[in-house]
This record gives sequence, structure tokens and C-alpha cells, in this order.
Amino acid sequence: MARISVQTEDFDVGAEIARLTLGRTDIGGLGCFIGIVRDDKSQEMSGRSLGALTLEHYPAMTLRAIGRITGEAETRWSLLGCTVIHRVGRMLPGENIVLVLTAASHRQAALDATAFLIDWLKTKAPFWKREEFPNGEAVWVEAREADDTAAARWRE
Amino acid sequence: MGVAEETLTLPGTVTTVADLVAHLAGLDQRHAAAFKDRETVRCAVNQEFADAMTVLRPGDEIAFFPPVTGG
Repeated sequence: MARISVQTEDFDVGAEIARLTLGRTDIGGLGCFIGIVRDDKSQEMSGRSLGALTLEHYPAMTLRAIGRITGEAETRWSLLGCTVIHRVGRMLPGENIVLVLTAASHRQAALDATAFLIDWLKTKAPFWKREEFPNGEAVWVEAREADDTAAARWRE
Repeated sequence: MGVAEETLTLPGTVTTVADLVAHLAGLDQRHAAAFKDRETVRCAVNQEFADAMTVLRPGDEIAFFPPVTGG
């Protein structure tokens, strides 16, 4: 059973790992992905720096959608533990957005399940990013085809 | 559509998501604009992803939104 949280506050990666592994000796490897707010001046926004990012979601649906995704990961791989924490609200460049942790007996399941979880979270969970720039302008981030391609690697 | 929520009474001919989209797009300019590029509009019925052929029932919560961009 995965630990799932949607929250405005930051997460503590060390504490989350400890929570997943506490008192266990059967875990042989952990997979970890941390998504971070990136100020990418090379993007199409033509050299403007990012002021902040706001993550909105569809609260009634979010936990259910993430639960479906973690359930799918648990069906596909023998996981000994799984944590997904997704932040919402306003975040500054350099701040954490999302944490995916998986625990398994062997590395392949942990690494593959981690990649699967973040690929599906990016395309199948109801979150939307809005970028704010220092001049006060704000734009909704458009979905990227590369994310759909990444998600499609893991057949339905 | 520019609104978080609205409650509608639908004609009996609306039985699927596709029917609802066609109905909404014909209501007024605001709705028509929201469905201008229908390929990019995603839908959920009762908080589960749905497609054009999903059948609707009285009391359903139907959400339309753009492709997601979380993670």
C-alpha cells in the first residue's frame, strides 16, 4: 500500500526514506526521483527567468488518480514500499515539486517502478503548472509531447 | 469555459460525453470557445478519466480540463 500525499509544504527526503525502510531488512534497493522547479532560460520563453511556479490540481480526483498509478506500479513490480508526494501551490526555482520513492528486493524493480511512476504522474494525474515571470506575466505550461512518449513506453 | 463549476439540466438526447460536449459547445460563445480545440480537452466523470463514449448518468460530476502538466 503506497503512501500518497498532496501537500503545500516541502518534504524531507531523508525522513521519507527512513519511514519506508524503518525496521526492515528485506529491502535490497530504493529508487528515488525528485522533481525540482527549474529556471530554464534556454526554453522557448526566450531567455526570461522564471519567478515562480504554481501547481494547481483537481482535489476531488488527485488522490484517486495517484492511487491508480501506484496501484498499477504495485501490480507490475514486486515492491516492498512506495511513496509519492506531490506539492501544490506556489514554489520558487530550486524548490522540490514531487517525490517518488520505491523499495524492492532488487534494483531493477525499484528503478523501473520509479521511472514508470513519474512518467505516468506527469501524464495521468490532474496537476497543472502555471509559470510566473518577474514582469508579472503568467502562463499555463503546455503539455509536452515528450512526456506522452515517455508515458507510452509503459504500455497500458 | 472559465468557470470552476456549473450545474446544468440536460436534454434527454445527451447520453455520452461526446453528446455533452456538442451540447455545451452550442450553448453560447464562452462554451464554444472552450471546446474550439476539442482534441486537447480532457474529461473526467466522477473523478475518473473518461472518453467521448463514456455514458453519463443523472448526478454525475463531469470535469473538462487541458492536458495535465504536473510532475
